[in-house]
Amino acid sequence: MTEARDQLLSILVRDEPRVLTRITALFGRRGYNIKSLSVGSTEHPGVSRMTIVVNGDRGVVEQAIRQLEKLHDVVKIIDHSLEKYVDRELVLVKVAITPESRVEVRQIAEDFRSRIVDVGRHALTFEVTGDEGKLTAFIEQMRPFGILETMRTGRIALTRGSNADIPTHVYHQGATQALQPTLQVEPREERARAVPNIF
Amino acid sequence: MTGAKALWATLASHGISTVFGYPGGAIMPVYDALTFYPEVRHVLARHEQGAAHAAEGWAKATGEIGVCMATSGPGATNLVTGLADAMLDSVPLLAITGNVASHLMGTDAFQEADITGITLPITKHNYVVRDVEELPRIVAEAIRIARSGRPGPVLVDIPKDIQLAAFQGEIPAPHARPEAPDPSPESIERARELLRGARKPVIMVGGGSLDASAEITALAHAWGMPVITTLMGLGVFPASDSLWLGMPGMHGSVAANRAISEADVLLGIGLRFDDRVTGRVNSFAPNASIIHVDLDAAEIGKIIRTHVPVRGDARVAARLLAEGAQPTARPDWAAQLSEWQGRTQMPTDWGAGYAVKAVVDRLRPDDILSSDVGQHQMLAAQLARFEKPRRWINSGGLGTMGFGLPAAIGAGMAEPGVRSVVIAGDGGFQMTAQELATLKMYDVRNVKICIINNSFLGMVRQWQELFHEKRYSEVWLGDSNPDFIKLADAYDVPGYRARTAEELPAAIDAWLADPKSALLELVVPHEHGVFPMVPAGAALYEMIETEPVKTAAPTPQRQATEETSEA
Repeated sequence: MTEARDQLLSILVRDEPRVLTRITALFGRRGYNIKSLSVGSTEHPGVSRMTIVVNGDRGVVEQAIRQLEKLHDVVKIIDHSLEKYVDRELVLVKVAITPESRVEVRQIAEDFRSRIVDVGRHALTFEVTGDEGKLTAFIEQMRPFGILETMRTGRIALTRGSNADIPTHVYHQGATQALQPTLQVEPREERARAVPNIF
Repeated sequence: MTGAKALWATLASHGISTVFGYPGGAIMPVYDALTFYPEVRHVLARHEQGAAHAAEGWAKATGEIGVCMATSGPGATNLVTGLADAMLDSVPLLAITGNVASHLMGTDAFQEADITGITLPITKHNYVVRDVEELPRIVAEAIRIARSGRPGPVLVDIPKDIQLAAFQGEIPAPHARPEAPDPSPESIERARELLRGARKPVIMVGGGSLDASAEITALAHAWGMPVITTLMGLGVFPASDSLWLGMPGMHGSVAANRAISEADVLLGIGLRFDDRVTGRVNSFAPNASIIHVDLDAAEIGKIIRTHVPVRGDARVAARLLAEGAQPTARPDWAAQLSEWQGRTQMPTDWGAGYAVKAVVDRLRPDDILSSDVGQHQMLAAQLARFEKPRRWINSGGLGTMGFGLPAAIGAGMAEPGVRSVVIAGDGGFQMTAQELATLKMYDVRNVKICIINNSFLGMVRQWQELFHEKRYSEVWLGDSNPDFIKLADAYDVPGYRARTAEELPAAIDAWLADPKSALLELVVPHEHGVFPMVPAGAALYEMIETEPVKTAAPTPQRQATEETSEA
């Protein structure tokens, strides 16, 4: 067992009612702590993709993956800690400004390659994209000026390189067809890599 | 064809011959359509929980899927205990519930409950049918999911308007049962290596190996390894075999628990290392390398650190492991095991254990023995000698009181040519006693009910005795218990009773000889316990082997009052 740290999982799921509840309920019931969760559609109709950041040791993450794989809605799980990936998060930060601070705030934002998305008399709202460290650094830089509100999207991640996550023939006809057992994806290859034990 | 008819047609096409259920407003179209499908028998339980447990009893006895049915709201929620029970014991179960019409769902309509939300954590999967054209396909898929891999319960919720809607499509043929993955050759080879070097090996099998009995028996003999069967695995290995060490865990045998604590290699097949089996986890099999064979990858390493994980079908794994066998004489280990086996104590005085033993000693190898939950369950598990799997039906994982009678009815209806004996306590029996009506209604003739009546919630009382200084809080039933013979008589079920060891043989003979389903009440002393016992949180080697000597027999009510006033 290694020490607890943040670990990224991508979970491809059938886009069915209650699928989000199923996944989060599993994490909740088994006591795995979700640090961040983002969900969106994918290039395949009928398949949604969740990026979940779990805080825990490897044992927790491996157990979480094995439990997730048993869910009928789960098509594939990618354990990003085993490969190279890119991850991003977006944050909206509303910073209080005064005539004196305006220039300095804008300069900091420029340094972070942040965009202004709203301009008010007493506040500027910035959009920052990047990895977790950059976002945190931005917020810390802005804190002395007075942060009025922030909202983070949660992290999203993709594996580097050109591997396709699921074969396109599987979901070409969308969710209804996704229920057909003949079209089931066996996420076993990923499993074998995720867990160093032999199965 | 309506959705309701399509449902029955799909069930019939899957060979479902019996459904246990209870009608109500939101499932009336389905019950109306039932009259057109005489090939499917519906058994009217007296409570939906009874229907669910009966379906479980059917499934546990036959290995085939059990089906239960209920209306929306209260009907559906009454199934919940059965679904949770089936989930923990990996029982293939299909539950069909009606629901309010689609346009009323989510409005808190009359008898509406979000049953898919409620059963989410206690089913393998569940569905709401939103389109009548999808209904048969979803039911077929639900059956496939329930039976495939590690079996479990699946619920299909059908709104009333979908039951009434016109279905145009075709009724699907059953899915082929998917093949389980074969264990990897490397894992088998690593397991063989460990077994070859083992000086004190032991095999432990659970409910996941019920269908691998022949292979596991051959495996044990090929290597000359002793076998422990968990509560759920009783019968996988014949009790008459000298290699059998009994049941492990909280009320396990001395031989099983000592062997686990001493073993250098433990081969677990189809089991999940439940806390009632392991005792204190970090002291479980402290000297052993663990080989864990399981179909469910999530079970491997979940509780117990596994040295060699073998993922796959128990039957295939056992066969492969037997192939590389090198029979080894281990005279020291054999002598040690036999000394432990000799420590098994049989009850000699009149009491719950004596009564249970007298009953289970009369069982024939084909008889199905069900139990409710409590002391009688553990006594039956300790004392019955199962030669075959699927002859022992009880609620292992959830420990559901009230399980016994309906499960025995389900098993008895599945195998009408076989005696279905159930041992229950006076507490658990009353949780589903109304199912006596089901026996009467369907003229079931092979269910033999035995109530071990000690006037207590015996297992709770035992814990209060051992761990709560005999403060018998709310466990005394004696003053309010019904006359069980009269109760049975009210349902035309013949009743027999014994109060002493002398009365016992004649009562058992008459009870078993009765051509009808019959009830036997055995009135036993109040305060007998179940031993050996490993206290909760203790290690298996810290077991209490025999019942502690009692000082005095207090009257239950006064005892509780005095203790309270002192405090």
